[in-house]
Amino acid sequence: MYSDRIVPRFVLSLVSLAFLAGCSRSPSVLAPASPEAGKIADLFWILLLISGVIFFLVEGLLIFAVVRFRSRQQATLPKQVHGNTRLEIAWTVVPSLIVVGIFAIMFPTMSELTQQQAGALKVKVIGHQWWWEIVYPDLGITTASELHVPVGQPIEIEILSADVVHSFWVPELFGKTDTVPGRSNWTRFVASKEGVYPGQCAEFCGVQHANMGFLIIVEPREAFEDWVEEWGDAPDEPDDGPAALGEQAFLTGSCIACHTIDGTRAQGKLGPNLTHFGGRRSIAALTLDNAPENLASWLANPQSIKPGTTMRIPSLSSEVIRNLVAYLESLK
Amino acid sequence: MTGYGETVPSLRAEADVWTWITTTDHKRIGILYMVSAFVFFLGGIVEALLMRTQLAVARNTLLGPDAYNQIFTMHGTTMIFLFLMPMQAGLANYVLPLMIGARDMAFPRLNAFGYWLFLFAGLFMYSSFLIGAAPNAGWFAYAPLTEVQFSPGLNIDFWALAILLLGISSTAGAINFIVTTIGLRTRGMSFNLMPLFVWATLVTSLIIVFAMPSLTTGVVLLLVDRRLGGTFFTPGDGGDPLLWQHLFWAFGHPEVYILILPAMGVISEVLPVFARKPIFGYSFIAWSSVAIGFLGFTVWAHHMFAVGLPIIVQALFAASSMIVAVPTGVKIFNWIATLWGGQISLKTSMLFAIGFIGQFVIGGITGVFLAVVPFDWQATDSYFVVAHFHYVLFGGALFGLFAGLYYWLPKFTGRLLDERLGILHFFLILIGFNLTFFPMHLLGLMGMPRRIYTYAPGLGWDNLSLVSAVGGFTIALSVSVFIWNFFSSLRHGQAAGDDPWDAWTLEWATTSPPPPHNFSTVPIVRSRRPLWDLKHPENPDWRTAQPARDASVESKEERVDAGPRRGY
Repeated sequence: MYSDRIVPRFVLSLVSLAFLAGCSRSPSVLAPASPEAGKIADLFWILLLISGVIFFLVEGLLIFAVVRFRSRQQATLPKQVHGNTRLEIAWTVVPSLIVVGIFAIMFPTMSELTQQQAGALKVKVIGHQWWWEIVYPDLGITTASELHVPVGQPIEIEILSADVVHSFWVPELFGKTDTVPGRSNWTRFVASKEGVYPGQCAEFCGVQHANMGFLIIVEPREAFEDWVEEWGDAPDEPDDGPAALGEQAFLTGSCIACHTIDGTRAQGKLGPNLTHFGGRRSIAALTLDNAPENLASWLANPQSIKPGTTMRIPSLSSEVIRNLVAYLESLK
Repeated sequence: MTGYGETVPSLRAEADVWTWITTTDHKRIGILYMVSAFVFFLGGIVEALLMRTQLAVARNTLLGPDAYNQIFTMHGTTMIFLFLMPMQAGLANYVLPLMIGARDMAFPRLNAFGYWLFLFAGLFMYSSFLIGAAPNAGWFAYAPLTEVQFSPGLNIDFWALAILLLGISSTAGAINFIVTTIGLRTRGMSFNLMPLFVWATLVTSLIIVFAMPSLTTGVVLLLVDRRLGGTFFTPGDGGDPLLWQHLFWAFGHPEVYILILPAMGVISEVLPVFARKPIFGYSFIAWSSVAIGFLGFTVWAHHMFAVGLPIIVQALFAASSMIVAVPTGVKIFNWIATLWGGQISLKTSMLFAIGFIGQFVIGGITGVFLAVVPFDWQATDSYFVVAHFHYVLFGGALFGLFAGLYYWLPKFTGRLLDERLGILHFFLILIGFNLTFFPMHLLGLMGMPRRIYTYAPGLGWDNLSLVSAVGGFTIALSVSVFIWNFFSSLRHGQAAGDDPWDAWTLEWATTSPPPPHNFSTVPIVRSRRPLWDLKHPENPDWRTAQPARDASVESKEERVDAGPRRGY
């Protein structure tokens, strides 16, 4: 815990308890899993300390004044004081010094957080209405809404937009960076703890802004390398059964207009790349968990699950859906 | 002075609709502004309740995504452009000419034009609901989402056209306030003897005049993009989405001060009267308003810390954003010093003024948090920001407005509001407000983004969101108590008399409500508290109070006194 350096552990746990009320699954800004988020959490605690003192001082004075000087129906008027220049200069200067102090605390953190680190794994993240395209340019991997990274390695993410302004945010790992059409932005971090960290688009981007989530999966180096290696091989062709029928339906249907599956004739670029779809944890940018029954209802009527989604699909018989589910879930 | 029990001239006696439509009386226009703004306020409350109900539980299906997006867009746009701004314009319209001893605003017909344009623009924007195409891209309308490619409907056109008209309306109003303040002050009232509410309105109006062109430019360019094939905000054709953000926030942040300064002016009038002491440090409060007005133009990019501006630019905007906290802090200390040593009478108006200070402190502090760039990267566009600006604009601006309404409504209607209902209103809204918005700080820290119509269960957001919904309905209840209080006071309220609070500024030197010409005679102003001087001839401010008037000022003002009366 980075915060331990500044705030005594017992204060931290007390406050965290009050703040998070046992909701250990919140993607909390104050439960950092990277040095970057840790530094920001540290800043927060320092600010809370400073402003806590100011808060209690000012509110205390206010309440004291109201209680102490409440009218007791005296006939005489209070002394008519019009001001006190010395006092007023004092309470102009002191807050000025405090904000100078806060700036001095802030600036080093700011520059540290934006420094490049050697040996970084490069990733490109492209925001689409309403999903995230994830590209590892050096590894030849293109996937969607799920970012695998090895623990302990610096990661450098280039953040781009395919349409409107989105914002890439994983509270436990790093702050927000907007995807601005026509520009490249960057975010850099080192994940220091293994785990699955949810992120979400943080800039309003249209009708399905709420369902534009993603996961960052921080895993041991070996697990990450295995994952990369699997991507080298195109998924196995299903031999027969529903999966083979599903493949046929997929490759002869309208799916291939938008979706890519490596090693097949499906090379559409508008929607998420579905190679190794079966290995993913979620459907439609964290809208649903990836389970066969969820996928079936998604294929049956995506507009009822995520109204406004750009996913268009003709109405299919339940048998075709069953086959498609079998095929897509087989893509591991 | 009118005594209790005398008949109060009723507004209903002049209820002929045509006289209201054609009126150029600043008091009637003020009332029209306030009544219309309050009706829009009720619309904004209904929208807020729909949002809070939708989010009270995870995966709620009360509202679909498009309905939710229309509602949050209209909530923000309504509360800012159709409630807070016109409400303050209405209050200042009624009170400012009285406070400076003028007979009307400088341009009475421009004044009426501004009101009717505002009403038309507001109704025009709301008429979009009739065709199911209310604006749906937020009050900030970020391009390129608002470009026709991504928003093909009429939603954004309604928004852009209405904003354009509202900009003209508020600019007309602002020019009128500036000219009135500069030109129509009664004899003896030099700038540094003006009531602080007049100072606040003057600075607010100057901000409007200088900030509004940026929004107007942005909106016109947006309309050109949308309907005439322009590419100002689309990349690839030489445009840039960030241009919109700069134009919008170069208006949008000064706008925050447009919304809060009038409330600060109200507080600076109410606190001294109910503490029975003059304002502490008049000059510091007046000049801090001016400082806020200037600095407010230098901080806009703190809304854009996540868009990838160069680090040094972000640091500069962080510095200016922190500095603007200083004049605000100065005001708060001056207000507390005004209370210090006074004889505080806790009338409803005073309760709201004290509530303003207590809550605005929280909004101010979280504002400094957000100026700290790395923390802003985490907090921006999260519920932390929603909490922050509601503490400024609701806990601050709205509480200030209620302080002003309880203070001045007796002047407008001739009737006192009921204090018990007022106290009930105050405590309900105090509890409801904090219940609604305090948890949002925590939700933001727990990673909840703004402007989402739904969220998954298991993220720990549902309990606090439910609390927030309960708070929202408590606020609605408190507002209905206020409405009840208002209407019953019109019928049964105690007659207010000219000067129910034993106050010191000129508006209390005429009847309640004032006659069409405002004053029979305006007392000569020789200090900041002309009525104090009249009531306490043994100890008048002009003899004892700062500023120490040197001989040159004295003689100059005597010359003014001798000359013909300026203005009316």
